[in-house]
Amino acid sequence: MKTSQKVAGATANYVDERTGAAKWLKKNLTKVFPDHWSFMLGEICLYSFIILLLTGTFLTFWFDPSQREVVYHGSYLPLSGIHMSAAYDSTLHLSFDVRGGLLMRQIHHWAALIFMSAIVAHLFRVFFTGAYRKPREFNWLIGVGLLTFGIVEGFLGYSLPDDLLSGTGIRIAEAILQAIPVVGSYLAFFAFGGPFPGTAFIPRIFIVHVLLLPGLFLALITIHLMLVWYQKHTQYPGPGRTEKNVVGYPLMPVYMAKAGGFFFVVFGVTAFLGAVASINPIWLYGPYTPGQISAGSQPDWYMGWLDGLVRAAPPLETHAFGHTISWNILIPGLIIPGILFTGMALYPFIESWITGDKREHHLLDRPRNAPNRTALGVTAITFILISLLNGGNDIIATHFHLTINGIMWFTRIGLFTIPPIAFVVTKRICLSLQRADRDLVLHGRETGRLVMMPNGEMLEVHEPISEAQKWTLTQHQTPEALPAPLPASATVGLKGKIRARLNRANAVQIPAPTLTDLKELGDGHH
Amino acid sequence: MSNQIERFQDPGLPEHVHRNADVDPRAAKRAEQQVAILFLLSAAGTVLTIASYIYVKSSTFVYLPVMGRTNLQQLLLGIGLTAATLFIGLGAIQWAKKLMPDEEVIAERHEFRSEEVDREELVSTFKERADASGIGRRSLIKRTLGVALGLVGLSPLVLLRDTGPMPGEYLNKTDWATGTRLLRDPDGQPILASDIEVGAVTQVLPELPAGVERTLENTGKDAVLLLRLRPEDFNLDPERLSWTHEGIIAFSKICTHMGCAVALYEQQTHHLLCPCHQSTFDVTRAAKVIFGPAARPLPQLAITVDADGHLIAKQPFTVPVGPSFWERNSSNG
Repeated sequence: MKTSQKVAGATANYVDERTGAAKWLKKNLTKVFPDHWSFMLGEICLYSFIILLLTGTFLTFWFDPSQREVVYHGSYLPLSGIHMSAAYDSTLHLSFDVRGGLLMRQIHHWAALIFMSAIVAHLFRVFFTGAYRKPREFNWLIGVGLLTFGIVEGFLGYSLPDDLLSGTGIRIAEAILQAIPVVGSYLAFFAFGGPFPGTAFIPRIFIVHVLLLPGLFLALITIHLMLVWYQKHTQYPGPGRTEKNVVGYPLMPVYMAKAGGFFFVVFGVTAFLGAVASINPIWLYGPYTPGQISAGSQPDWYMGWLDGLVRAAPPLETHAFGHTISWNILIPGLIIPGILFTGMALYPFIESWITGDKREHHLLDRPRNAPNRTALGVTAITFILISLLNGGNDIIATHFHLTINGIMWFTRIGLFTIPPIAFVVTKRICLSLQRADRDLVLHGRETGRLVMMPNGEMLEVHEPISEAQKWTLTQHQTPEALPAPLPASATVGLKGKIRARLNRANAVQIPAPTLTDLKELGDGHH
Repeated sequence: MSNQIERFQDPGLPEHVHRNADVDPRAAKRAEQQVAILFLLSAAGTVLTIASYIYVKSSTFVYLPVMGRTNLQQLLLGIGLTAATLFIGLGAIQWAKKLMPDEEVIAERHEFRSEEVDREELVSTFKERADASGIGRRSLIKRTLGVALGLVGLSPLVLLRDTGPMPGEYLNKTDWATGTRLLRDPDGQPILASDIEVGAVTQVLPELPAGVERTLENTGKDAVLLLRLRPEDFNLDPERLSWTHEGIIAFSKICTHMGCAVALYEQQTHHLLCPCHQSTFDVTRAAKVIFGPAARPLPQLAITVDADGHLIAKQPFTVPVGPSFWERNSSNG
């Protein structure tokens, strides 16, 4: 036996005698994972999180989270001699006088944008394929939590340099706090250690940004992954794939190489962006002072939709009994996001309540086969996109020679009218796609070959599709197969009536074609 | 004819198709070489990273198309790091795709629900153990524990009280008082009314008592914009007109919506615009909101001149400046 083998054997023995890990590892080295490009979206979230931890740690070695006033004497001459906070000063130092410092800052910021984008893309994948259904509701909730904390973490992160742009963002956050009825002014004074801006805020959000939230992320991601591992991954329908099995490749060696390799690919792409694409050039904005601002102030995209909602809000305030309530801040800044995120978190339970479906699901839905869900998702996305658009209304107005007022009115009206249209259109498209599937199964594929019959009639030749394709297109259960229509007892009262109505809407589907349908059509009807 | 509907049948996993490298040793060799080249490129990337760290001056800037003026060292470090990581990844993936087994494997799923016996046993064990603790019988313990646990969370809340002072009257007041001189920001010089030209806009701050240093907190509520219009452009009621001086008018610069600096002035239309959420204020009508989410006009500061002709505040602001808060009495605007 070679020495290396001996050492490995001895180490393994040492560990196993103390942990008994061999039994677990033996089973899990060959654990099967299904393969699909959309399953990589969650991986991107994990990998960009690791990149954030690595680059973020590097940044903390130089960043000074303090609002103590200093005078700048670094190598960026345009700001020489300017009074600024130590936080801004140390960020300039990192950017201009630490080798690789700017690169790490840029990789960190790009990784944050990729992290948030990947979370949202992963959320879309999980939503539109129904992956959140029983038994995966816990992981859905954890995911909603990660998204929410991710938005906060990102906002705190780009606020740390204490530049003019980010300081403006903090000013807005302070105004939201201050707008909360009864306790607002107190909350704002406690959070900022006194009047805005004070000198307490940067050190405080620093520790939240580098310790509390990352710790929370680590814990939530660990549970998220343990559940994925234990419950086994969902899979797309197809030949050989059932609710009782999982079809794919083993962890060792295939997924170790693929997933491990993919981490490096994500790192490489992020490093490339950090190397060539300038992001958040804080030296151009100058240090924060509440008396100044730069035109075209924009938050990062995952905050942009919130800012867009705030911009679209009508000027509503209630003045009564010596008190002021700012609806123009509360509604777009807290109430609407609160409703959206609560609705998102509860959606798996609401859907299961409507359909009465309490079964386990490991086979994913094709989005067209769940028209209401798909339409609802598109509705929400449309709402957010319109808000996001309005969040950049000043930039859009100057680039496309439009008026800000025009864009704002488009948003105010569009937020209420376009999402419902998106719902109807999406649902119709889904049903049409279901019909197309049905045609494909029953009549075969169009070949584009035309044949003239003896009587002069022109026909296009259809070719039957493969058995595997037929199965993929017909394996799903149409909702009629569920315990629906619901039992009469479940549809009593207002709640029951709403449930019955939604349940009926859910059952509007094109029935999946069956072999019986095909036989009834007869084989030679063309 | 039976009522039984026949569904399509699952044809099962398709037959495995061998890849080139599985059957042709030469193709396998080629794939191996490709993987090796990718790994070597990664190593070259690391060399580039280290070399540019040591040998490239951090003060060297180059001009590149699209990117513009770029720090050469940061760029090369980044490109090196990109190659070092990306090629490891691509190599590993190529290895997995070309050479590792690609036959799909089927694993069975297990049911999550525990066996009925186990569930029942858990319930009975739990009940028995709970009985053993006596929590059900000893209601005194149960209730006092409830009180203790309910209260224990209060101490951290109380301890957080000192994170900041009470707001008190702070949000209602600024440093502007009767007779306070207007100082130009940032040079801190008092302003002669005659120095301000029509169409000009100036940021001013109040003169603070001797020995008091100006902080960002002061600026955050004291910042004022001074504008000069032709007096006939104003459309003000007599009281507000008396707050101006020969066409010079002063407003709080802090937006009444969310506290941003209202910094954009459109000279032609006499509109002030907040860049954050586009609230638009009409200077000629005492900064009335004409568009956007702000609900209140910018507070106007009454100004006049002292004996030397320097601009001074006639009186403090009559309403709190900045964004709304619960305790704000908005009955006077």
